[in-house]
Amino acid sequence: MAIVSLSNVEKRFTKGREVVEVLHGIDLEIAEGDFIALMGPSGSGKTTLLNLIGGIDQPTAGSVVVAGQELVGLSSKKLAQWRAENIGFIFQFYNLLPVLTAQRNVELPLLLTRLSGKQRKRNADVALQIVGLEDRARHKPGELSGGQQQRVAIARALVADPKVLVCDEPTGDLDRDTADEILGLLEILNKEHGKTIIMVTHDPKAASHARHTLHLDKGLLVEAVT
Amino acid sequence: MNKFSLVWSNLFRRKVRTFLTLFSVLVAFLLFALLRTVVVAFEGGVELAGVDRLNVSPKYSIIDPLPVSHRNEILNVEGVTAISQQSWFGGSYQSPTNFFPKFPVRPREYFQMYSELIIDPAQLEAFENNRIGAVVPAAMAEQFEWRLGDRIPIEGDIYIKRDGNKLWEFELVGTYETPDSAFLSSAFLFNYDYFNEAIPEQMQGIVSWFTIRVENPDEAAEVAARIDAVFENSRNPTRSATEAEFTRQFASQLGDIGLMMNGILSAVFFTILLLTANTMSQAFRERIPELAVLKTFGFTDFSVSALVLAESIMLCALGGALGIGLAALVSGAIAPVVESLLGSFQLTVTTMASGMAIAVLLGVVVGLVPAISANRLQIVDALRK
Repeated sequence: MAIVSLSNVEKRFTKGREVVEVLHGIDLEIAEGDFIALMGPSGSGKTTLLNLIGGIDQPTAGSVVVAGQELVGLSSKKLAQWRAENIGFIFQFYNLLPVLTAQRNVELPLLLTRLSGKQRKRNADVALQIVGLEDRARHKPGELSGGQQQRVAIARALVADPKVLVCDEPTGDLDRDTADEILGLLEILNKEHGKTIIMVTHDPKAASHARHTLHLDKGLLVEAVT
Repeated sequence: MNKFSLVWSNLFRRKVRTFLTLFSVLVAFLLFALLRTVVVAFEGGVELAGVDRLNVSPKYSIIDPLPVSHRNEILNVEGVTAISQQSWFGGSYQSPTNFFPKFPVRPREYFQMYSELIIDPAQLEAFENNRIGAVVPAAMAEQFEWRLGDRIPIEGDIYIKRDGNKLWEFELVGTYETPDSAFLSSAFLFNYDYFNEAIPEQMQGIVSWFTIRVENPDEAAEVAARIDAVFENSRNPTRSATEAEFTRQFASQLGDIGLMMNGILSAVFFTILLLTANTMSQAFRERIPELAVLKTFGFTDFSVSALVLAESIMLCALGGALGIGLAALVSGAIAPVVESLLGSFQLTVTTMASGMAIAVLLGVVVGLVPAISANRLQIVDALRK
């Protein structure tokens, strides 16, 4: 069953007088529980496609259905509510709040739920346990290594139990060994926790951890490698 | 963690910058509270004044004296039942900083006029019968540690004795109780007859103003008009007004107190507005990607802008509360000194409440632009920054 279904999706940007066509009629289906690596050269439209699936951008044309919800035409408020329930984001540069401890960073998405403070803290601790950082809960991002910060970011993406994790170059800022650890963690989340993962990467080795790899070039899906 | 602690944590992201801004806001509200307290102290006399009394003063300036001969003509005006007279003596005790009003008066008629002032009848009699006798508010006697029988030297500046001697010596013969906020009726009082005889001949027979009691307070305006009409074409025209208006005029001899204070405060708040707005703008610009990340989690545009606005309000409200709190301590500490000048110097609940309201308003004004920008923030564009 497809958790992501894109139909004839187009995306155009206007830069001054110039119209830049980023995606040209993308058709794509991703099955629930899949782990997809999205590869392609710079400017091919990988991140734009990821943003459309994550509900933080809207296509110029076409249909984007994720987790059973048509995202095109949804209001900003409804999209925000939908993201809170369905999507976990993992970024290349972690994007943790430097003033908060690891535990509080992980707890952030739960502020939008009706959970009690105690329950929020407990869920955040569980998420940190999953990524193996329970002993660093009280550390601030500045006191953690890059790999540890990305683990905190993964715990934050997980904590609200979303169906889909969208990852934009999650290992792009890490050394090889640390990147392998993070990719291993994503594999566990996919296999053991059933999360659907869509990961943008330049790195073929990173892509090898995924079940499927999609290639984008000049706004078109050119091949799909299983 | 809750949204409050999130805002609080963000506020102290750059501790030095936040503390400096907080200190600036604190100083602004300390000034606000103290200057407003000064204004309230001046207005305190206005509120005390009764409407059954009118003051008859020179039409153009209290610096111009009135001839004492006016009193009989005023007493003859229909609706006037009693009169007393006062002269602004000036002078200083030991040091010009020991400032308090000093009036030569006719003792019995003065205390009959100001019936709210309580004096022992025996001391009033002693005051009448002692040529150099003086009576003072009990609080003033306590402040300067004066006891009955003490000789109190006052150095004259406006009025010098006819022999050229600046030093006036009085004997303390009594004290009186006075309401807290009375300024012009909390004076060092001494005998007009002694004063009038001692000053040079060309200055004799003058007073600064008269106070009259009207038979019917409802007709006070008509009585005032009648008095002024009597002297309209004389060399010394008068202006009759309620004591409230007279006190305002008196204070305005120093300048428009309210206008001066408001001018100072406007300048202070304008500076603080720019400073705090700059801080909030910087804080917002630094956090654009973080705010976008909050939106990716599902924070709505409104909730993100509310967080930004809350931070601004919290900064200003905290600075305001600290400033007003410090003003409460400072005003309490300096009140004994200032009250000898102004009669009352109490930080009022109204001043504190209006201060906090201004602080919150300042927070809203300062945070509005960053909050609107946060609301409009497009996630994709912001994440690229």
